[in-house]
Amino acid sequence: MIARAAFLVVAAIAVGSALGLILRRNAIHGALFLVVNLGSIAALYLMMGAEFLAAAQVIVYAGAIMVLFVFAIMVLIPGKEEIGPDPHRRARLLALPIGALLFLLLVLVVARRWTGPAAPAAASGTADAVGRLLFTSYLFPFELTSVLLLAAMVGVMVLARRGA
Amino acid sequence: MVPESYYLSLSAVLFTIGVVGVVVRRNPLVIFMSIELMLNAANLALVAFGRRFGNLDGQVVVFFVMAVAAAEVAVGLAIIVAIFRVRRRLSVDDLSLMRW
Repeated sequence: MIARAAFLVVAAIAVGSALGLILRRNAIHGALFLVVNLGSIAALYLMMGAEFLAAAQVIVYAGAIMVLFVFAIMVLIPGKEEIGPDPHRRARLLALPIGALLFLLLVLVVARRWTGPAAPAAASGTADAVGRLLFTSYLFPFELTSVLLLAAMVGVMVLARRGA
Repeated sequence: MVPESYYLSLSAVLFTIGVVGVVVRRNPLVIFMSIELMLNAANLALVAFGRRFGNLDGQVVVFFVMAVAAAEVAVGLAIIVAIFRVRRRLSVDDLSLMRW
């Protein structure tokens, strides 16, 4: 009962901050809303027993990625491009009914099917357990990730070079 | 214990908000943040499915998604900054060079 109430509170925070992200004109406000959203998702990970992921979520997403976003927003000084009238307003408003349709589809296909009996004893996602899995069954994808990050790093340097 | 369908429904809500955000907004940075929202919704669903089946594979996949998202954000923001340097404006409506 308490778990359910806690879930509803955190879910309300997550949905509210997500709406704030897409409704506020100012990109900095949107970034701060996204930080709140990422934090609430970290709380949901904790509720599902994924401790390592909750920590990684706060460190990688709310920490590193959002700092990068805020940095880019500060450098680019946006906010001027969404003040004027929108020439494609009618086409953009089509997103609302189509989004509602997509939501109905997702709930009908994915969420409603999973209301069966209770789950088996859930494995706890401690750093120990996840790390063991990461370095045994998922070793090759893990090494590939390092190559991907290296490629991203080199690519960003090439893109950010002056006169590129 | 909260049933998985709750988490999956919340994931559907967040994913839909992300999709609407990508379509409605004109600022590429906000569009990027909406994409992050969708990635997180998918991560939430992965963890919920993993708990459902009682193993940790879903959580490992989420770990990889996080790494890929970090790389994607770095490259994407570099591209946006490069575009801004050339155009001095920041609206996705201007970027129609590759349209046929």
